[in-house]
Amino acid sequence: MRKGILGEKLGMMQLFTETGEAKAVTVVQAGPCVVVSVKTPEKDGYKAVQLGFQPMPEKRATKPYAGQFKKIGIAPQRFLREVRDMDIEAYQPGQEIRVGDLFTAGERVDVIGTSKGKGFQGVIKRFHGRRGPMSHGSMYHRRPGSMGATGPNRVLKGKPLPGHMGAQRVTVQNLEVVRVDADRNLLFIAGGLPGPQKGLLLIQNAVKSAASAKGGV
Amino acid sequence: MDIMETLNREQRRENLPDFAPGDTVRVTLRIVEGSHERLQNFEGPVIAREGKGLSETFTVRKVSFGVGVERTFPLHSPRIEKIEVVRRGKVRRAKLFYLRQRSGKAARIKERS
Repeated sequence: MRKGILGEKLGMMQLFTETGEAKAVTVVQAGPCVVVSVKTPEKDGYKAVQLGFQPMPEKRATKPYAGQFKKIGIAPQRFLREVRDMDIEAYQPGQEIRVGDLFTAGERVDVIGTSKGKGFQGVIKRFHGRRGPMSHGSMYHRRPGSMGATGPNRVLKGKPLPGHMGAQRVTVQNLEVVRVDADRNLLFIAGGLPGPQKGLLLIQNAVKSAASAKGGV
Repeated sequence: MDIMETLNREQRRENLPDFAPGDTVRVTLRIVEGSHERLQNFEGPVIAREGKGLSETFTVRKVSFGVGVERTFPLHSPRIEKIEVVRRGKVRRAKLFYLRQRSGKAARIKERS
């Protein structure tokens, strides 16, 4: 079964392991989330649990948006995301989900977020292209280079060219959960996570961990 | 307080002695060899302190059998059993990398009273 929770990236710090090594971790305010609706194969054609995260004041929600929360009697939530293939029998709308019940230290997780926007960038930053000579009469400094062979008479699709970079959905797979703070709903995940501080993250159990390779999800 | 700052403070060690570059310290380390644990000292002048908060580190230099050895320790590392200040030194800069070029009498540091 899949399991997932929404969180907010708080920042990075170090944690010392029992052997005394410093480990770089990202701190995530994970939940508490609330189940807003449950999607069933009969009604919706697929299995998923819709999670809400971060309550917001009633007056900030539009009427149509607030309606779905009023129906199940909870405060409007700022973010809504669906987690596919969660155990739909185990969750009812209105139920609260906390990190402590989902994840334990040592587990592997995948984290989905939106990367930091970089704006319109050239080929060097965007695709790790190389630049031309800066001197010796060269006037070809940071430009994209050849457009490809003359044979096709066109530029092939996927040719690295300047354009918008970042602000994309990014998944980082198989990260270790170093510590879970159930009381404060915090997750300490080894390594860096996509997006800025205060960015929304979706944390799920890892698809490609050693545990999933053995048959369990 | 900001939650990150709170977490940062929780991890820090307390009762660390106050020491600065130029001071000679004795760092007692916990070394794990297989199943048993022993203590090892590393003594010499502090030549740098870097960073702040939980990730602060300090560098100790000593000359061992004619070879200069420098070790950088995380200040809040649980592997450090204790830090003792052996001698207070009077220096005029924060990073004492010039000691690497000196040996013997020239590498002395004046005592601070």
